[in-house]
Amino acid sequence: MSSNADGDSMPRAATAAVTATQTRPPRRGGGGLRGREGIAGWLFVSPMIVILGLFLVIPIVMALWVSLTDWNGSVNPFHTGPGAEFVGAKNYTDLFAKDGLTRANFMQSIGNTFWYVLFVVPIQTALALSLALLVNNRLLKAKSFFRTAFYFPSVTSSIAISTVFLFLFSSTGAVNALLKALGLGQPNWFIDDRGLIRLLFNAIGVDNPGWGQHDILGRSLWDWVSGPSVALTVIIILVVWTTSGTFMLMFIAALQDLPVEVDEAAALDGATGWKKLRHVTIPMIKPALFLVLTLGLIGTWQVFDQIYVMGAGAPNGTTLTPAFLSYQQSFKNFKYGSGAAMAFVVFVIILVLTFLQRRALTDKDERRPLFGRRKQVGR
Amino acid sequence: MNTRTSPLKQVLLYAALVLFAVFFIYPFFIQIATSFKTDPDAAAHPLSLIPNPFDAHAWKDIFGQGAAHVPAPTWIKNSVLVAVVVTCGRVFLDSLAGYALSRVKFRGRGFIFGALLAVMSVPGVALLIPKFLMVNYLGIYDTYTAMILPLIVDAAGVFIMKQFFDSVPISIEEAARMDGASIFRTFWSVVLPMARPALITLTILSFQGSWNEFSHFLVVTKGTPDHQTLVTGLASLTSGQLGAGTQYPLKLAAALLTTIPVAILFFSLQRYFVSGANEGGVKG
Repeated sequence: MSSNADGDSMPRAATAAVTATQTRPPRRGGGGLRGREGIAGWLFVSPMIVILGLFLVIPIVMALWVSLTDWNGSVNPFHTGPGAEFVGAKNYTDLFAKDGLTRANFMQSIGNTFWYVLFVVPIQTALALSLALLVNNRLLKAKSFFRTAFYFPSVTSSIAISTVFLFLFSSTGAVNALLKALGLGQPNWFIDDRGLIRLLFNAIGVDNPGWGQHDILGRSLWDWVSGPSVALTVIIILVVWTTSGTFMLMFIAALQDLPVEVDEAAALDGATGWKKLRHVTIPMIKPALFLVLTLGLIGTWQVFDQIYVMGAGAPNGTTLTPAFLSYQQSFKNFKYGSGAAMAFVVFVIILVLTFLQRRALTDKDERRPLFGRRKQVGR
Repeated sequence: MNTRTSPLKQVLLYAALVLFAVFFIYPFFIQIATSFKTDPDAAAHPLSLIPNPFDAHAWKDIFGQGAAHVPAPTWIKNSVLVAVVVTCGRVFLDSLAGYALSRVKFRGRGFIFGALLAVMSVPGVALLIPKFLMVNYLGIYDTYTAMILPLIVDAAGVFIMKQFFDSVPISIEEAARMDGASIFRTFWSVVLPMARPALITLTILSFQGSWNEFSHFLVVTKGTPDHQTLVTGLASLTSGQLGAGTQYPLKLAAALLTTIPVAILFFSLQRYFVSGANEGGVKG
């Protein structure tokens, strides 16, 4: 891939230049060098430390404090008093243990996200892999045209894309026009709060059955298993559509790293098509597959922009996500403590996912530098 | 070369690819066409790529000559200002820090790098309230400073630059250092010119990132036009805060305007986008 060609040409050019200039034997600098280097090093990283410290590390500590208060946004949050009382872990227990609107909303947002992740991650991974396999076909002409077409949605603004999808899926939009032309039903996409799994049950004549009345964390089992609402499905389609291109590129990079001999050996053994994909190709690109799956898992928990534009929780809270709910709770309902507590729960979930991913990746020694010379062994 | 593939397979391959290409690209064509449609035409013929009648009212609205008031010129000005300043800042400060972490020997370097990796795993959505708290505390809420300063260094960019410098042989700089150049001088006139491919990738990622940025601006500004960018302005237009109703031609035109700069960058410097995307692999 071009990225690697760029990376490789660099060191070579540099080495050539070095052999030309380095005629004198290398000689260590004066004794003061170490000290001067120390100062220079700290100077060079100081802007980074200041900015990341000021707008990332310290703010997290501030938010941790706020999550232990009932700050309403109008007084100084760091002076305990009316409007910013210390409430201990109340904001956290309200999310899990106390029956009420906060827990109902939060649990609904968690339920929505479970379904969202369950749909988005497998579909986008399968689509990205299919696209990569198609584009990577050796006999294909116009390879870069197709790669560009599939990747382009990934680089555009999430807000702009959401606007386009709002139009496409509106009641008089392109998707419904297409469904009409095909003689199919036309859902009211953004108003329909019925879950897909619930619709399946309805189709076989089951609606809100007795076994679905169990209460789990303030929601009935029936609510938990209802599946993503029709409205959330639009967001699922949108996200799959925008992220598949990026993941396709990762798969292409992995496929191009496969040695040609593997292909030939597979052909000799008579493995073709589906068999070859299952028993040869996929095992060989396992690291990339793992990477795409975990990046997908981490990314799906963070969905925010699309929700903000495409429903803001409506209809009936079925497009709420924890990230959006945290924003809404803070900036619209002025319950910053509660909002911050939600944000920390999301934070912990994503941190655990990231940690698992990093551990698995480093164990397998599969991290490779972006611009470095590509390791030939084991790929 | 495998020449045994049947013509039928070839046809199927291309058919699948074309189908997918339509799936990925057609929405953009619909977007462009609809931005030149009248409101009734947009609702009546949503799939058509030919505006009938051709109508530029959406674009007139955007550039201040139409009936609806859309402060797009202000949005554009803010978007350009923020994206340019953030991009310049990131390219310089990220490579400065990346270089130090890769090359300059100083006490605490390992710790700083470890902290950087930790910081990289902090999800952006968990930072909305924290950022708002700090911006409020510093008294810079609803200012350009609040929009720009928190974005001006990014951990992922520093990481990319460090990785890049790790892959470049050290000898050429040693030669410069021996000729008596200071560390900064070596960095500025020897190292940076060599780092062109990495710098271009970083420039693109930074521009794209800050141009498309949404949630950060959402929490550090009031949402009044004077500090709205194209993206936050479009979001308020789309979520109906400007009383725009269903005026899809107008909304799609504004969305198109938001997409164009990144699209131009993408089509002209595509290979650098590709290396940027694969960087996601190490970003975690």
